[in-house]
Amino acid sequence: MTAAAAPHDAGLHAGHDDRPWLRRYVFSTDHKTIGIQFLFLSLTFLLLGGLMAMVIRWQLGFPGTPVPGGSVLPDAMAPGGVIRPSFYNALVTMHGTFMIFFAVMPLLTGVFANYLIPLKIGAPDMAFPRLNMWSFWLMIPAGTLALAGFFVEGGSAASGWTAYAPLSNSPLYTGVSAGQILWCLAIIIFGASSLLGSVNYIATVVNLRAPGMTWMRLPLSVWALFITAILALLAVPILAGAIIMLLFDQVLGTHFYLPTGGGQPLLWQHLFWFFGHPEVYILILPAMGIVSDVIANGSRKPIFGYTSMVFAIGGIAGLGFMVWGHHMFVSGMNPTLGTSFMASTMLIAVPTSIKVFNWLGTMWRGNIHFHVPMLNAIGFLSMFVIGGLSGIFMAATPVDMYIHDTYFIVAHIHYVLFGGSLFAAFAGIYYWFPKMFGREMHDGLGRWHFGLTFVFYNLTFFPMHLLGLGGHMRRLYDPTQYPFLAPMQPINVFVSVSAFLLMAAQLPFVVNFFWSLFRGPKAPLNPWRDNSLEWTVPSPPPHGNFVETPTVYRGPYEYSVPGELEDFLPQDRPAPARQEAH
Amino acid sequence: MHWWIPTNASSYGGDVDRIFYIILYITGFVFLVVEGGLLVFLVRYRRREGRTAAYIHGNNTAEIIWTTIPAVIVVMLALLSQKVWSTVKDPAHFPADAIQIGVHVKQFEWQFTMPGPDGTLGTDDDIFRKNELHLVVGRNYAVQLTSQDVIHSFFIPAFRLKQDVVPGMTIVAWFRPTRTGAFDLACAQLCGVGHYRMQATVYVHSAEDFARWQAAQGTPAAAAAVATDTTMGSMAMPHSGGTR
Repeated sequence: MTAAAAPHDAGLHAGHDDRPWLRRYVFSTDHKTIGIQFLFLSLTFLLLGGLMAMVIRWQLGFPGTPVPGGSVLPDAMAPGGVIRPSFYNALVTMHGTFMIFFAVMPLLTGVFANYLIPLKIGAPDMAFPRLNMWSFWLMIPAGTLALAGFFVEGGSAASGWTAYAPLSNSPLYTGVSAGQILWCLAIIIFGASSLLGSVNYIATVVNLRAPGMTWMRLPLSVWALFITAILALLAVPILAGAIIMLLFDQVLGTHFYLPTGGGQPLLWQHLFWFFGHPEVYILILPAMGIVSDVIANGSRKPIFGYTSMVFAIGGIAGLGFMVWGHHMFVSGMNPTLGTSFMASTMLIAVPTSIKVFNWLGTMWRGNIHFHVPMLNAIGFLSMFVIGGLSGIFMAATPVDMYIHDTYFIVAHIHYVLFGGSLFAAFAGIYYWFPKMFGREMHDGLGRWHFGLTFVFYNLTFFPMHLLGLGGHMRRLYDPTQYPFLAPMQPINVFVSVSAFLLMAAQLPFVVNFFWSLFRGPKAPLNPWRDNSLEWTVPSPPPHGNFVETPTVYRGPYEYSVPGELEDFLPQDRPAPARQEAH
Repeated sequence: MHWWIPTNASSYGGDVDRIFYIILYITGFVFLVVEGGLLVFLVRYRRREGRTAAYIHGNNTAEIIWTTIPAVIVVMLALLSQKVWSTVKDPAHFPADAIQIGVHVKQFEWQFTMPGPDGTLGTDDDIFRKNELHLVVGRNYAVQLTSQDVIHSFFIPAFRLKQDVVPGMTIVAWFRPTRTGAFDLACAQLCGVGHYRMQATVYVHSAEDFARWQAAQGTPAAAAAVATDTTMGSMAMPHSGGTR
């Protein structure tokens, strides 16, 4: 059932690292280096996506007025700093594209799957270290191509991150030609990167677990990342196939999605969302895993209902492949299909509430330490509840008929992806920063960052529910054009100002990150008093991770075991003489 | 300042709103219980010197309870929603006496073809209008939605109706206005650079007003007929299978 891996190359004995500089820091096959490379890359893309959001919010709050500092933008985007409608559509498209494909997904899987899986299961590295290196280096051309769209004739892709055909098919409809092709290429390369990562994570978890690390002793973060990798492996090829057909429509003159040649616009939507909905879970399951680890640690209590947590992850993933049609209730799809997709969508509330209640159960009768990762995990939990509940409105077909394509949807996705995924990503970064870099982050700055982010995040995104209920359409360049939306403009102004403050609230994080990287105090071996295997090795861990393959005796959540001197019991500590703990 | 759902103006809008409020109350209650419970736990079980966390791995009864209750609630919501959904969207449930209107869209314009005094679409007295739709309160209408270029979305917030308009398909949607007045019609699907200004106005008239308006469009003699002619009959739709 479990096996220790044979070293993959000569440099893989822990502690003896004689790789040349280039192989060590740049073209490294070490999962830890790759994880850290993904961290820097995805945070850079996160910043880019955030800056695009700021420009979008400026236009929505103060339509038609010059963006401060916008005079540096070329006339094709913003003459005199005033955003053009075409540039606005490009920003909306690229904000979504960057946040989903190049920021949040690599942040959760690229960073944490890479960094944590081998360390947490007691393996020296990934099963396929070279594929792993490729999975990172493919992200560079992917992101660059996507970004390059802004600088080509006709501007960047402007048909939304969902690229609905036939809008995305032809420059006739958007005036964008090269930009849309670059977008397609970028996503195809991103898909290759994601697939290489996924096969690697799956093979590693299946084959390289240390002796004693049975499936039901895996940390929930590893379970979540494992199931996420399966989701990506099954969903991403569909996206790649769909985009290759779109690319053919654009450059070879095929008509897959063009009705003039017998094609079907709805085919794109079915294929896109067959990928797109599992994608949503690819973006949230790892977050749930990270938060499960942090909440158990912060509460100093075993995770409540470990087995049902594992099955809930599987349940969410399985249902994720049966619900894509809920993005298409008003698309012109047969309304009877709408009914069946409503039923399957509603069912997702079941495994989701199992998870929420088990997290609450974990905190119940705990001894809750409010360390910065725990604060962010609590932020995740409280915000994810809102995002989950607002999902029920959309699942109900008649209500979706009204709120579809409005700001209600925008509010929902941000409550799940920012309130959920990003708070969890912050929790993960604060939690494993000492492991990654051997230094502690500043506690006070971390608290300020969390507090300000939590407040301004809610001030930014909660009022969007109201806008949506008022009927405010999404992807709308100038809401004041509509008589029924004009009275709600004060909400738009409020949201925009809050969004600017939310962006400013990230400053403490940036300062903290770089200051701690170079000046932070040396981290102790196990700063959070955690049970998992990564805390038994030095920080940062040497190449090859473990000097000796560890043996695992119990699950990762044995906190506050009665009779123990300390309130934690590491997975690799031999069983106490009196009893087998689990 | 109106910062909420616009006042309903269609026959089924009230049903949509009712489901919205049922979900709002249920999720509002769950929100208060969960976030309240979270706050209580955070305060009650905060770190204290000498406190030891309970060593508990779970509870099967609790798992069964919080699996069953949400399942029952969502199945109930799905059943409630299904009824309204099929009323609005299922062609089998469309009213037979609906007046047909042609809606053809292109970037960034709504083109409405309304039947003239003879009440039949596709005849010489049809009235053609860009970006304005004229209706009689209390009458059933079926709009035949076609697009010339990309996907647009036919959205009348006050009617609670949204239906994408897909090139290559003829999609039929129906509604019955219940209030007179002018209402916004918006394109809800990103359709290109002019998406943000692709708007139209829906004028819902009383029967008398409508007759006057219609008369002003064409032959005055024919106008009187419409006030009395309330039937359209179950005219066969010119296109079929549009929603597949």
